[in-house]
Amino acid sequence: MNIFLALLIGGLFGFALDRVRASNPNYIITMLKLENLYLMKAILFAIGFSSTLMFAGQMLGLVEVGHMSVKASYFGVVLGGIILGVGWAISGYCPGTGIAAAASGRVDAMIFILGGLLGAFVYMLVFDQLMDSTVMNSLFGGKVTLGTIPSSKFEGIFTIRGDILGIVLGFVFMFVAYKLPEKILKRR
Amino acid sequence: MHLIIRILNTLIMEKLNWLKSGIILGSVFFLAVLLVKPIGVSTQFVILDAIIGDKINPELITKTGDGKIQSTNSYLNKSGAKYAKSAIQPLNYDFIFVIALAIGAFISSQLRNGVEQSEKFFPKVWNDKFGKFANKRLLVTFVSGFVVLFGARLAGGCTSGHMMSGLMQTSISAYLFALGTFLAAIPTAMIVYNKSTNRK
Repeated sequence: MNIFLALLIGGLFGFALDRVRASNPNYIITMLKLENLYLMKAILFAIGFSSTLMFAGQMLGLVEVGHMSVKASYFGVVLGGIILGVGWAISGYCPGTGIAAAASGRVDAMIFILGGLLGAFVYMLVFDQLMDSTVMNSLFGGKVTLGTIPSSKFEGIFTIRGDILGIVLGFVFMFVAYKLPEKILKRR
Repeated sequence: MHLIIRILNTLIMEKLNWLKSGIILGSVFFLAVLLVKPIGVSTQFVILDAIIGDKINPELITKTGDGKIQSTNSYLNKSGAKYAKSAIQPLNYDFIFVIALAIGAFISSQLRNGVEQSEKFFPKVWNDKFGKFANKRLLVTFVSGFVVLFGARLAGGCTSGHMMSGLMQTSISAYLFALGTFLAAIPTAMIVYNKSTNRK
């Protein structure tokens, strides 16, 4: 059953990444240059749409709160994001879209994956040293959400109800996606 | 019947606008958290490394007398050796998920007859700026892959797990990650792919 769901959801995710052109580095790079924000609009809408459905589903008792998985906040999240951002901008690939792009026949994405395997391997080797450094210092209390979500094992940094806040933010994301222009900077 | 054909046509043939793309992508993220858990990818690079590593050096992951799995590498050993356990049992949800991701993307790309020949080794944006140097592009993407996965592991997730799934769940870590990522990615893209120094 678990394997069937992995095939189903993973397959749909890969299909969707290719269909929305997120695995096409031209779209990622022109998005980051603020020349073509089509993909940014799609991503922001996707976040708002899924967030609204999830929290509304939780309030109706249709979605299990226990399915949520919130990651820890520590200094390395920001630093890792910066490091990832540089490689993402240069290549136009992130881990998920890189795999999708490789599967669609892009040779540079296949090489990206090989580089990724080496990068993850080196991280395994230096993990001990990093654990002892300040980059692992917790921020905001670790695994926390913005609001306090009823019957969630994760704490909120604010006491307001997290599911209602999630729906409100979901609409904010969708509204920003709608309002965002397709182009900010003109292509010269 | 007409509606089904129209939906299938949108899913397979059409060049999607941002709204349809957003709905499709958002539906998959919702489906994942509805049925199982939020989507994540980058951990599986570690799992594949561990599978390969254990083939080369069987001492990497071992079973103790009482059936406990452990690794000589402390990263694989953390949180009750969960990465080590996944590596010796690759038929688990997360690993199959990533394999299926590749299959799904392959099917979708085949439905539109695959990637154009001119895009196989470098995208158009690269060609416009640097010209047809495939070797240079491949070297650059290798290094980028290294940097991206190192960064993702340091952060504890990537664009899928940290940013998309995290923002969906109103996780604080997602806002921190998105801040770092875009703060670096936007200037990098603008500098590296700056049009005013185009060779063409």
